[in-house]
Formats: sequence, structure tokens, C-alpha cells
Amino acid sequence: MSRIQSAFDKLKQNNRKALIPFITAGDPHPSLTVPLMHELVAAGADVIELGVPFSDPMADGPTIQRASERALKNGMSLRGVLEIVAEFRKQDVVTPVVLMGYGNPVEAMGWELFAQRCAEVGVDGALTVDFPPEESHEAFEHLQRHGVDPIFLLAPTTLEARVEQVAKLARGYVYYVSLKGVTGAGNLDLSAIEQKLPQLRKHIKLPIGVGFGIRDAETARAVAQLCDGVVVGSRIVQEIENSSEQDLLANVGKLVSGLREALDR
Amino acid sequence: MYNYPDSTGHFGQFGGIYMAETLIPAVEELRDQYLRFRDDADFKAEFAYELKHYVGRPSPIYHAKRLSDSLGGAQIYLKREDLNHTGAHKINNAIGQALLAKRMGKKRVIAETGAGMHGVATATVAARFGMECIVYMGAEDIQRQAPNVFRMKLLGATVVPVESGSRTLKDACNEAIRDWVTNVESTFYIFGTAAGPHPYPMMVRDFQCVIGDEAKVQMPAMIGRQPDAVIACVGGGSNAIGLFHPYIEVPDVAIIGVEAGGYGIASGHHAAPLTANSKVGVLHGNRVNLIQDDNGQIIETHSISAGLDYPGVGPEHCLLKEIGRAQYVAINDDEALAAFDALCRFEGIIPALESSHALAHAIKIAPAMSADKVLLVNLSGRGDKDMNTVARIKGITL
Repeated sequence: MSRIQSAFDKLKQNNRKALIPFITAGDPHPSLTVPLMHELVAAGADVIELGVPFSDPMADGPTIQRASERALKNGMSLRGVLEIVAEFRKQDVVTPVVLMGYGNPVEAMGWELFAQRCAEVGVDGALTVDFPPEESHEAFEHLQRHGVDPIFLLAPTTLEARVEQVAKLARGYVYYVSLKGVTGAGNLDLSAIEQKLPQLRKHIKLPIGVGFGIRDAETARAVAQLCDGVVVGSRIVQEIENSSEQDLLANVGKLVSGLREALDR
Repeated sequence: MYNYPDSTGHFGQFGGIYMAETLIPAVEELRDQYLRFRDDADFKAEFAYELKHYVGRPSPIYHAKRLSDSLGGAQIYLKREDLNHTGAHKINNAIGQALLAKRMGKKRVIAETGAGMHGVATATVAARFGMECIVYMGAEDIQRQAPNVFRMKLLGATVVPVESGSRTLKDACNEAIRDWVTNVESTFYIFGTAAGPHPYPMMVRDFQCVIGDEAKVQMPAMIGRQPDAVIACVGGGSNAIGLFHPYIEVPDVAIIGVEAGGYGIASGHHAAPLTANSKVGVLHGNRVNLIQDDNGQIIETHSISAGLDYPGVGPEHCLLKEIGRAQYVAINDDEALAAFDALCRFEGIIPALESSHALAHAIKIAPAMSADKVLLVNLSGRGDKDMNTVARIKGITL
């Protein structure tokens, strides 16, 4: 059984919701990413989404754009991200890690090598924001062969026929984008999520995580009641941006613990 | 028979729809609506009317005789897109997309712009059809193209400076896409070049094909035959594909696309992905040759011309290169400037720096050709917007 599946199975048995924090690899510095990942787990993360920085992050708001720029300035690359996961796995063989980013760095490496390296270092899933199912045949084939889950996005604008199509291809979990906008936007609408989810559930048998625009513990808790897990990205990246190197782990740990408590309350 | 793109928007291995999920339904709706109206008699009639009475088409072809004589070789003819309303070919596409936006009930239009010509064209049609208009423009380009920024504002558009990344055209594209994903239901994205996700490369090409369709009729009327070569500058490549596409299946007409060589291909500071054989990758919704590093990060490009300063290129140009139907070459900044000066002095025409690249290549190859050969150059825009750039390079303060 994959790490992602066992993580969600265990949560379900305990009647808990998944907390899925996102950070950008290499932000604020490559040497701090592994300690940050361990801190996320200690504070209650169930799955880690690790951002692969890209020069042109079209789906991201200003906070994650800046994180990407800092990471690239620090020399971070897809190869570097894979090394980070290998390092993380030396101490943690349980927590699922999903790489999230844009397709071109993977294209440059080649999907076959990428999938193989993911399996070697212990990456459990991959989400490429700008590769919809229609353009993911090659990616899907290689990821499947190496047992890496292709994670797909669904959006408020997604029509039912596409939900069906995604349901056939998706593995691990499905990431529902809770608003029309970029990451970190502030216009999340709970009732719209509530309305959309039954339509998704009709076709999607995998766990559904919801993200984009979840900025505080109360929102996280409210959203989590509608789905299987919440993804929190920009708010954590903002905490990283605003912390000094000394306070970084403590501040991020405190923020994530707060989200965990709210989900478990 | 040449028939691209296929039904999924691919030009061979190039093109496609590489967008975040939120925008997929929007591009699919756009595709369906475009396919519906493309052959609609009312739509075609309105488009033709606007091109004739508002843009001033057909644009003439002009024999640049003094310039040709000075070179002592092939004859250079110019397709005068610079004489269009707003001063460039961009208006052809902006009108087409605005008419589609109107039929789709969208009251808000957005655009990206590099040199500002597409921004001006979009602001113009937004005023013409009573739509709200937001134009995203790199902060660096706003510096380079101040007169066009003022024109857009006069036309009622909001110009949003983009400070991220290299602060040029690609970053303006990123920001426009972010706007679209946020306001997808109310907003029509008037994309300026024959690139991006399907249906844009096809749709923009179709609207720009009026250039080549006219030329195919005008050249025989002027010289009794088609030209030996058609030449156009290629950034994203909309003016070029508009001239080239009607000539793809015309035998014996060479097709030459001219990219921006910047400081030279070898310097690494250029915007010529086809000439430099850049690796194929994915950016802004399509698979194309892309200037990138070994890690798949997009590299900052350089060109004296803001309209060509882009790391990618339209997917149909990638295909035309791959199948050998078109050749692609690069012209450096200094060669483009020399061509700019030559056209001013020999013909009394001030060309855009973008178009100066196409002209420079004609000037380069004409002397070795016989005087009965004919090169048709797309003079895609006029150079008024480039006064500041050229003055600065010449060390003159305006």
C-alpha cells in the first residue's frame, strides 16, 4: 500500500482530517528545507506538499511567487528537490511527500528519469499544475510504472464530464481548488465548496483535499468538515518569509500546531 | 495537405492546452465559440467591415525601390501593416477577438503587451465596443515604451505595471493569466500573439491571415507573380504566421522568419529560440521551443525590441521549422538598427524596431540575388513608439 493511501486510511479509522501543508523547497534556504519538513510532521502534518520552484509560476499569488524567486536565487532545482526528499527520508519513512510545481522543469529532466528518481528517493505523488489530464499521457505512464501517484486538480469551474475523466486517472488524492484565483487569494466561499463537493464525490472515490485561500485555523476547520483534508500553502510560506532564521522552525511549528488543533477539535 | 492544428490543438508535437484546471473550461468554451462563429456569415461580414472601415484595409504593398537600388540586388517590397489604424498588425487580431468577446457577452477584456502595440490595439477595440480594459505590461517595457503607455491611458485602459521576474512580456503574460483565473467568468483574454493554449494559436493566425491573403492577390497585380520569398519578424510570431500561412502551399515561395538575435546567439543574450535550437518545453499554455536552462527554468531574454523580447515562439512556427517549410534566422540589435536607419533615409518610412529585424534580413540577402528576384517583407508596425529607445542608443536626449 502506498504511503498516501495508508496515511488517509489511518486518518479515516481515527475519524480525523488530513492536514497538508505546502512549502517551497529551497525557501528560505536549501539547508533549512529538511528541518522544516520534520517540523511540519512534528506539528501534525499528515502529507507534505513540497513546491518545486519555477521561474514563471502562473497559478501562484505573490507570496508563493516570492518564495519561488528566493529558492531559485538559492540555486534550487528539481534535482535539488529530489535530493532534499532523499535526505528527509533518512529520518522519516512514513509521511507522504508530494511534489507540486509546473511541468517544464520535469520536461527538461524527462518524465521517465523523473518518475524513476521519485521512486528512488521516496516521493509519493506529483502534481504539475499546468498539465491537465489531456496532456498528461506520457507523464501518467511513467509515474504509474514507478508507483508515483499523479495528483490532479479540480476547480469550481470544472464540469462534471471532466470530473469523471480525472476520476479515472487520479491516484492518491484529488486536490480541489477552492476558489477561482491564484494561491493565497482571499475570496474563499464555503457554501460554494459545500455545493460542489457532492458532484465530485459522485465520481471521485479517492480522498479529496481542499486548498487555495485557507489562511487561518477556523477556515481550515470549517473546510475540513466538508472534505478529507485541507492544504495550507501561502499562509505557511508567509510565516517563513516573515521569520528570522532563528525563529523559523518555532514560528512555523506553532502555526501548523494551531491548524492541527483546530482540525482535531 | 497541410492542415493544422488537429482537433486537440496540436501542431505535430507542438501546441496543446497546458493550463491550470480552473482555466480549462474557459479555453474549451472559447474554442467552441470560436469554431461556431468562425464560419458564421454575420461574424465574417462584421469582421470584414471593421477591417475595411475602421482599420483601413487592405494595406498597400509598396516597392522600396531606392532601398533596393542601393543594395544592387533583389527587389524589396513592403506589406504596409504600419499603415493600419493604431500603427501595426495587432489591430487585426484585436478586432476579431473583440467581436467574439461581444458575442460571448464578456464586458471586461484583458491583455498582455510587450512593445505596447497589442495593448494599444486592445485598448482601442475596447473603446470602440464599450468594454472595460486592463493591460498588463512589464515595468521594464513601460520604461522603454512610454508613448504607448500614454496612448493606452488616453483610450481609457488601465495599465498595470508588472514587477515580477524579468519585468517584460513573459511576466506580463503570467500576470494576465493570473487575472483571467481570478475573473474567468466575466473576462475575455485578448491574447496578442499566435501562441498560448489552443485555440489561441489557430484563432490569432486566422485573424492575421488577412495579411497574406491580401498579399497573394496584390503581388500578381503588381508584378505578375508571387514573390520569391516572404519575410517577417518572429517574437510570438503573429504577423509572421498571418503572412506565411496563406503561402504554405504555394510552391516556390520561400518562407523566412526572423528572430531577435539581441547581442548575438553566441552571447546567450537573445530572443531566438528557433535559430538557437532551444529545447522544446512548456510555457504559457503550449509546447514550443523555449529558451531555458538545463533545469527547465526560463532564462531572461534580450532584444532591443520589446515586442520580440520573449523566450518562446508560436507552435506553428516550431512545426514549420521542423517540417522544413520555413527557415528561421536571427538578426542582432545593431543590424536591426541599421535597417531602421536605412528605411528612414531611403524611403521616408520609420519602421518599428520589430519589423526592422525582418527588413534587416532582406537587406542582408538582397545583394547576392539578381535584380529580378522579389522579397516581400512584412512591415508589421511603424516606429513612432521607438523614438525614445532609438534616441537613447544614439546618445540623444529628447
